[in-house]
Amino acid sequence: MSIKIEHVSHLYGEGEAFEKKALNDVTMEIPDGQFLGVIGHTGSGKSTLIQHLNGLLKATSGTIYYNNEDIYQENYDMKKLRSKVGLVFQYPEHQLFEIDVFSDVCFGPKNLGLPQEEIEARAKEALEHVGLGPDFYKKSPFELSGGQKRRVAIAGILAMEPEVIVLDEPTAGLDPKGRDEILDLVAELHQVRKITVVLVSHSMEDVAKYVDRLIVMDDGKVRFDGTPREVFSHYKELEKLGLAAPQVTYVTHALKEKGWDIDTDATTVEEAKNAILKALKRPLKKTVSEKTDPGKGAAL
Amino acid sequence: MIRDITIGQYYPAESVIHRLDPRVKLVGTLTFIISLFLHRSFLMYLVAAVFLTIVIKASKVPFRFMIKGLKAIMVLLLITVVFNMFLTPGTPFIRIWKLTLTVEGVKQAAFMAIRLAFLIVGSSVMTLTTTPNHLTDGMEKGLAPLNKLHVPVHEVSMIMSIALRFIPILLEETDKIMKAQEARGADFDSGNLIQKAKSLVPLLVPLFISAFRRANDLAMAMEARGYRGGEGRTKMKPLIYQKRDRMAYGVLLGYLAVMILVGRFAPF
Repeated sequence: MSIKIEHVSHLYGEGEAFEKKALNDVTMEIPDGQFLGVIGHTGSGKSTLIQHLNGLLKATSGTIYYNNEDIYQENYDMKKLRSKVGLVFQYPEHQLFEIDVFSDVCFGPKNLGLPQEEIEARAKEALEHVGLGPDFYKKSPFELSGGQKRRVAIAGILAMEPEVIVLDEPTAGLDPKGRDEILDLVAELHQVRKITVVLVSHSMEDVAKYVDRLIVMDDGKVRFDGTPREVFSHYKELEKLGLAAPQVTYVTHALKEKGWDIDTDATTVEEAKNAILKALKRPLKKTVSEKTDPGKGAAL
Repeated sequence: MIRDITIGQYYPAESVIHRLDPRVKLVGTLTFIISLFLHRSFLMYLVAAVFLTIVIKASKVPFRFMIKGLKAIMVLLLITVVFNMFLTPGTPFIRIWKLTLTVEGVKQAAFMAIRLAFLIVGSSVMTLTTTPNHLTDGMEKGLAPLNKLHVPVHEVSMIMSIALRFIPILLEETDKIMKAQEARGADFDSGNLIQKAKSLVPLLVPLFISAFRRANDLAMAMEARGYRGGEGRTKMKPLIYQKRDRMAYGVLLGYLAVMILVGRFAPF
């Protein structure tokens, strides 16, 4: 049970003046139950990549296997694939259309041809998982706040009971509170539903806290692939790609340059705090002049 | 998907035709179309064909782009030809079952087909060599005298250029919405006509909402920058006739004269 991507390339506008290679020989495997982060700046090919996962875009060359089945083979059930690999697009405005929240969430399971009771049961469960109670059922999706719309959009996909959920920039345009809520929600879904999550973002802070594995895309290629720790240790190269490591990475590296004996692996504020506290308890290295005051350093 | 639409399919190239004032091209297209309907003579259409070929060559736009527009009206063209061939009264030519093919009918059908084809290709020359914005600019300036008759020329051309500007944006949006709904298992292709129409609801509702939102935002952005309509508004790149534009008018006049003469005195 996994998604395998083998040597996938994608050309936009093939054979025309505007031809552009959006994906260039991408190979990777997404095992079951993983929480994967995909980052890259605008135009790096990350959105193109995820649209291949449920067959919305067809690769110009290369193959994709879902549960060891080639999704490009003839008679492959694309509809079923789309229910197994749920894709939540960046703007919920692009998919909300029904008169109320509940019917909108029902749209996905209805398309799967399920019986009415099953549809409603699934919609209720999905809405509960995204934290929207029965008082939201009869509201129009257009009178909701940005964060609530996004929850409805996620519920619309969850109601199809996918094995993999792919979220394209789920936090774009949300305030910090809304952002944390959505990301916590996604992390919870990963825990409770035990589904594979692919989170696309351009914010390192967003992904660092949650993901098991991080993929950095640039110019249609996979540049880095590893745990957030491994990837952020290349923070200087990331900057060249127009990306930035989390702020705590810069703090710990700056402290190390000042001569602190500090662990630079921290990727979240919590870890950084512990690393700094630990470093404060250690004696200073001899190479540092005695005037350096660790208290002042920490204030940096 | 975006490339399938023919409105505003500008083909960028460096040519005399591209550089011409849009007013010249508008008048030229109009003249060309009128000239096709002056008389019915094959020699006249030969002159028109030669003229059109020279213009196309000068525009440096590949010929296959020029005839792209013809594909769209192929069905219309066929229907016209068939109806004209069989329904024009005159000397019988061949009789097929109850239908009579007349000599006049064949001639009439040929004229109609040539006229329609030239009409489309002729206007394609204009749309392929002029950007939509340039075209509306030309219309605004060319129709400016109508302002005296209280025709809101500026407003109309502003509406047109905004509409043209929004076509690619809305097409892109349609593509995104279709994908978002397909990701939820929507099916836009199968089923009978009623099912197909129904399946468009999840596409049209978000599309309309987004179009209204965009229109609202644009209106605000325009007002924020002090837009108050055409009164006293100046242009960053005002249209001024150059030497080549005057020459083009001369060529057009010559063409029209030849067409009139040929039409009047041609033996066939």
